[in-house]
Amino acid sequence: MDLKEKLLSSYLAFEEKFDDHSSLHDIRNHAIKNFEAKGFPSKKEEAWKYTSLNAVLKNDYSVFPKSESAIEFKDVKKYFLHDIDTYKLVFIDGKFSSFLSQTTHDGIDVCLLSSVLNKPKYKLILDTYFNQIASKEESLTTLNTAFAQEGAFINIPKGKIADKPVEIVHFSTGSEVAIMLQPRNLVIVGENAHVQIIERHQSLNENPVLTNSVTEVFAQKRAICDYYKLQNDVETASLIDNTYIAQKQESRVSVHTFSFGGNITRNNLNFYHQGERIDSTLKGITIIGNKQHVDHYTLVQHAQPNCESHQNYKGIFGDSATGVFNGKIYVEKEAQKTDAFQQNNNILLSDKATINAKPQLEIFADDVKCSHGCTIGQLDESAMFYMQQRGIPKKEARALLMYAFSNEVIESIKLPELKHRITKIIANKLGVNLGFDL
Amino acid sequence: MTMLSIKNLHASVEDKEILKGIDLEVKAGEVHAIMGPNGAGKSTLSSIIAGNENYEVTEGEIILDGEDISELAPEERAHKGIFLSFQYPVEIPGVSVTNFIKTAINEGRKAKGLEEMPANEMLKKIREKSELLEMDKKFLSRSLNEGFSGGEKKRNEIFQMAMLEPKVAILDETDSGLDIDALRIVANGVNKLKSPENAVVVITHYQRLLDYIVPDFVHVLMDGKIVKSGTKELALELEEKGYDWIKNELV
Repeated sequence: MDLKEKLLSSYLAFEEKFDDHSSLHDIRNHAIKNFEAKGFPSKKEEAWKYTSLNAVLKNDYSVFPKSESAIEFKDVKKYFLHDIDTYKLVFIDGKFSSFLSQTTHDGIDVCLLSSVLNKPKYKLILDTYFNQIASKEESLTTLNTAFAQEGAFINIPKGKIADKPVEIVHFSTGSEVAIMLQPRNLVIVGENAHVQIIERHQSLNENPVLTNSVTEVFAQKRAICDYYKLQNDVETASLIDNTYIAQKQESRVSVHTFSFGGNITRNNLNFYHQGERIDSTLKGITIIGNKQHVDHYTLVQHAQPNCESHQNYKGIFGDSATGVFNGKIYVEKEAQKTDAFQQNNNILLSDKATINAKPQLEIFADDVKCSHGCTIGQLDESAMFYMQQRGIPKKEARALLMYAFSNEVIESIKLPELKHRITKIIANKLGVNLGFDL
Repeated sequence: MTMLSIKNLHASVEDKEILKGIDLEVKAGEVHAIMGPNGAGKSTLSSIIAGNENYEVTEGEIILDGEDISELAPEERAHKGIFLSFQYPVEIPGVSVTNFIKTAINEGRKAKGLEEMPANEMLKKIREKSELLEMDKKFLSRSLNEGFSGGEKKRNEIFQMAMLEPKVAILDETDSGLDIDALRIVANGVNKLKSPENAVVVITHYQRLLDYIVPDFVHVLMDGKIVKSGTKELALELEEKGYDWIKNELV
């Protein structure tokens, strides 16, 4: 039985638990039908031309985790921002771990999606937000919608500022031979509210993991949301991250994606503008090697006048690693005075490394500023000689150049502890100790 | 005591011979000037001494303090005391002047088995040396050479030289692109760094810089060979009569 069939038959068992007439059940049924019709994406589809899931779909994944495995905090401390206090939503093999988490309902909600799905008091939120901007067409998103059970629910009401960043961490323990996880996150940032979120997926051993995650973010008027995705998983873990963001007037949302590990990583990042004077920021650093693969597939839908979007993705690819950047900026007719910027710079460190870059601009308004730039190159040899001449060995010189290359993106991390952490991860990855933060 | 000794150095790039047998002896405490027309091989010589791998040394030796360094990597030569002030310093956006020099110093110390320089000592030294070069404090936190004027780039080169305290400093066309004030500052910096324990090799097209950094010896490099050596008067004569004079004399 292939994975698709397995999922479809699992769904039949899964849906028996539900009330036949609930709106949620309808949403799930529609979603699974869409997945059934479309199946897993293949390279024949334009959007998946450079990313093949075939190999990862061959594993015999368990779809419903059996039981929660215990993890000691000391063993996983390093995956948290332990220098500062944070809210924590921790999931182990898809199940919430209250032991490792720190939730709150004090003025703001940092808790569980399962509450929203199941508790009557969240009915209004469920009906207003759940699955409202997540695609109803894209097969993997609908697969997640059909099975969505658990994940983060973050609700920052009007005028509130989350006093601490929120960390969402998904661990897989390897207690099953192979596991498929489908976390679902819902983030609502009210008018003038503010939150910072760090999301991470981490396998604790080498058993294959396939994560198909969906996150919906709703930023109301003048809301500020800074979302950081840290992808530094083991090389047997694959991640499909589908993030959908709806922004109202004058809101500012940024998503930084740091892709340093994993097997296949696909980021579908979608921004939809629903008001004027919105600011959207999409930034990323990818540093991978071996046979790792990272695919950034971004969309910014400019639908209203006077909005800005800023995209800046840096990629460094070594060994036989492959990268994809597909950045689409869509400017509707009404979206006059749009200022959309997209930059994608890549360095190939080896003859076998590959990057496929495809900027896509579709502009239907006539008074806009849209620019995009894409570069693919190698490390600058004259800069290498210059640094070596000053006594910096080749390895460190290379690392310094890579830091410098990534620096624009590192600089825009607003959380100092995270900035420090990212710098450290990069240093570890490059096997150097530069002794300073850039 | 001989500090740098170059013996019968031949070098080529893509099978084209550029240096055709260079001999040069530089003793501690000396300043040597190497002059010559464009294309004579001056910059090639400085690159090769510093270990640029784009050139192939086909014959000869480069000896620093009695040790042949011609097979060493550029950073190893730097650790042993070779410094090259680049004619065109490379821009490295994203790395500040301070962080760059800290890294360079500590890598040098690491190579010698020393601990990293304590932060306060580093700061003190940076302050001292940047004052010597009349550098603005803001300058130190800017990205290395990015958007620097010609004068700022050269001042930054000499600042790094001051920080790294090399045995042999090779100044490749350090005067090019400098106005008279910058030239004075740079030259003044070099003069203050000069000591009986180090040596300076000035590579230049024009005599102008040599009014400020006065050489003990002047060599004329033409077509890959040193064709004439003399004292500082030779530079003045060259300025007056031009390189053709030497060419004619050689014929």
